[in-house]
Amino acid sequence: MTKQIVILGGGTGGTLVANRLHKHFKHHRADHDTVQITVVDRDDHHMYQPGLLFVPFGLAQHSEIVRPRKAQLHSGVEFVESGIDHVDKDRDTVVLENGRELAYDVLVIATGAQLAFDETEGLTGPGWNEHVFTFYDIIGATGLETALSEFEGGKLVVNVVDMPIKCPVAPLEFCFLADWYFTERGIRDKVEITYATPLDGAFTKPVASAALSDLLEEKGIHLVTEFNTGEVVGDGDDRKLIGYDGREVPFDLAVIIPMHSGADYVGRSEGLGDDLNFVPTNKATLQTEAKTNIFAIGDATNVPASKAGSVTHFEGEVLVDSIIRFIEHRELQSTYDGHANCFIETGFGKALLIDFNYTTEPLPGHFPTKVGMPLLKESRMNHLGKLMFQWFYWHALLPGRDVPGIGADMPEHGKEHV
Amino acid sequence: MSTATYAGVSVELNDEGFFVDPNQWTKDIAVELAKADGIEELTSQHWTVLEFMRKEYFEKGTGPTVRVLGKTSGVSVKDLYLLFPKGPAKMAARIAGIPKPKGCI
Repeated sequence: MTKQIVILGGGTGGTLVANRLHKHFKHHRADHDTVQITVVDRDDHHMYQPGLLFVPFGLAQHSEIVRPRKAQLHSGVEFVESGIDHVDKDRDTVVLENGRELAYDVLVIATGAQLAFDETEGLTGPGWNEHVFTFYDIIGATGLETALSEFEGGKLVVNVVDMPIKCPVAPLEFCFLADWYFTERGIRDKVEITYATPLDGAFTKPVASAALSDLLEEKGIHLVTEFNTGEVVGDGDDRKLIGYDGREVPFDLAVIIPMHSGADYVGRSEGLGDDLNFVPTNKATLQTEAKTNIFAIGDATNVPASKAGSVTHFEGEVLVDSIIRFIEHRELQSTYDGHANCFIETGFGKALLIDFNYTTEPLPGHFPTKVGMPLLKESRMNHLGKLMFQWFYWHALLPGRDVPGIGADMPEHGKEHV
Repeated sequence: MSTATYAGVSVELNDEGFFVDPNQWTKDIAVELAKADGIEELTSQHWTVLEFMRKEYFEKGTGPTVRVLGKTSGVSVKDLYLLFPKGPAKMAARIAGIPKPKGCI
């Protein structure tokens, strides 16, 4: 007999979990059975999503950040290119858009989050991709590159419509890079940069929020907090964001991070997702609440961690352990602690690094030990780390290699509690 | 943590003014809390939202965010802001006697 593991989504989580499981089951049988791993995705374009931030500033090209999905999977892992119609959890079957049905013993939901443009009035109306952009997809990021290069001065607003979003620090990084970009072009004094957020500060966690607020101020970027965008007026001379509370933020050029939701098929699958199509998932074992043989990883889940690649990376180790134990009829044991870390590009060849988990907020100090990279402090070393990460992503993270010093559990050494 | 008296009942509040124990809440308390927050009269639409929030809290362990309220309560986000001008999720949670919605990270 062959046990079937079906993984929906061939992004960061789906790919690294497929490769790690494949490596394990090449040498181990599951209950005397062999294991077939199948990855489903609607297309064959794997995007290095952190690269999208750099495209508007001419620092990365579309072709540099996209590779075929299939080529990232170990040989022996089957790749099926099709959209997903729905999951029938009672029959342990996935129904694909191409009509094919895939029966599974274990299912992994790794289809991430998608942009819900329609949920904000006026966002994609007149002025869209002309005066109003997002850099959260490649069309927007590429369009922004032209818009920024033609921008000769005026009001630039960067706006997060609502949480959760992928990579909560990216909009701040966009502000910092815009400050650097317009300084380089010699027109920084003609550009007013405003960051409008629904949060009550620059970031979700207090210590990091204070540090990032100081940086915004240092760089002359205005911060508008608790702003809930109700409508975008993107055309004409009176372009502005209108908040539900009546406040207005005028702009010449707007960079909007739209609301996010889970994949549409989750909504079409009975008993799988929540009201926003995210999948309710145990935050320690990554088993879903829908059924014991369905697991989830990364942006697709509702776990209270950032929707970020590092979270998915660290979850991957735990998820693989949970799935192996499930198949071998052993008790699930591994626990994900909410570990996340991210480089925050701050412009002028520098970056910050933050490292945190469910219970410990980002703190100053060094990572992963006292002699490592500086935490919550701008440095050239962190910027180089951010640039090097793309190599690490394709060559170590996706293939499922273990990297010494960077594991699922958050390191405590080197952190200074404040 | 502090203690306050509403409609003759002594209730425990956290540092941000949200109920520590949602079971201490009564409708009379809600009327008084709403008045203190500038809502002279709670209409049937207000009550729909407040009751929906309490139901969600007891079922899921946290109150809904504004976006989820707009999708599921039967009241649009625009109307929610008209009903609770100081921010529907927080203001309605306080009047409904439940902890501040966890929201998202």
